[in-house]
Amino acid sequence: MNAPQDAIAEATPWQQAIHAAFTEAGIAQVGYVPDAGHTGLIDLCETDNAIDATVLTTEEEGIGLLAGAWLGGQRGALLMQSSGVGNCVNMLAFAQHCRVPMLILVTMRGEWEEFNPWQEPMGRATQAALSLMGVAVRRTDDAEALPGLVEEALAETFTRMLPSAVLIGQKLIGAKKW
Amino acid sequence: MVSDMAADGRLERRAVVRRLLDERGEALVVAGLGSPTWDLAAAGDHDRNFYMWGGMGSAVTIGLGLALAQRALPVLVITGDGEMLMGLGGLATAGAKAPANLSVVVLDNERFGETGMQKSHTAYGTDLPAIAAASGFSWTETVRDEAGLAALCGRIYAKNGCGFASVKIAPDDLPRVMPEKNGAIVKDRFRRALLGAA
Repeated sequence: MNAPQDAIAEATPWQQAIHAAFTEAGIAQVGYVPDAGHTGLIDLCETDNAIDATVLTTEEEGIGLLAGAWLGGQRGALLMQSSGVGNCVNMLAFAQHCRVPMLILVTMRGEWEEFNPWQEPMGRATQAALSLMGVAVRRTDDAEALPGLVEEALAETFTRMLPSAVLIGQKLIGAKKW
Repeated sequence: MVSDMAADGRLERRAVVRRLLDERGEALVVAGLGSPTWDLAAAGDHDRNFYMWGGMGSAVTIGLGLALAQRALPVLVITGDGEMLMGLGGLATAGAKAPANLSVVVLDNERFGETGMQKSHTAYGTDLPAIAAASGFSWTETVRDEAGLAALCGRIYAKNGCGFASVKIAPDDLPRVMPEKNGAIVKDRFRRALLGAA
């Protein structure tokens, strides 16, 4: 992070399109564990008066948060990086049993031009781990295709009443700068 | 007046939960898995109860999402010390948002009651209200007696600050009173009661 802490990062076109999809779908709560790839979208959500954004200490809290939101009549989305999917497994069982819908947006680590080998095992297991826990998963490396997949996943989760995830390939975001 | 104390002089969990719910009004109540779910069921089933049978460690964050969604209504989370300890980070998350309509009450018997009464971290000194206070909760307290319980009942539905209480209770192993265990049914019933047919 070279930018001042309170600077609003420039959101990419795909981040702006995802934020617009959140608005269109009536997303009222967003939980997140920060990731560099989500920065612009987090800023858009934090500054949107129609969205209550909550920073989490660990990703599984987001499943509880959005289950509570759903109990209270609000739709939610959860932002994390791929390592966070590993933290969510037992709470995905909760969401599956109780049939709690939510969009899970995952920025991938441990793949294209990854500098940190510790990220590789969870990155490689992310899609299968989500599928194993009953989550419908989409994935893309194409920035132009991404907003459409998010719209599909949003429509799906609130119809299927189970979580739906979209994985954002590391190639789309760009390698982390060290 | 019926005593809320167990034979060893500590508060008795079922009596505590009945007292907490006496004046629930429109409040929304979430019970953590294990004994708090049995205690909430024993106090009387209610459409605005969400009983957890799993998802250990997430009672507070469920209460947080609910409190943010329904800011006009009091939200009460009743959970155990073991369940709370598994989700301590949730206290930081709830404290960062601190909705004024959220109260968390931990029934603290200093034991993992469902698994053989092993001592929990609160038996070794973990101070849950101190953690909540340091995480940004507006009020915190430890309740050990009838007077403290009466004062707590006056605070939990007031919606004037995100609150946390540890109620020290006797380590009783009481007969289970089991509510509906299909979480989708409990969730949908809760939503219908709160939101209507939609």
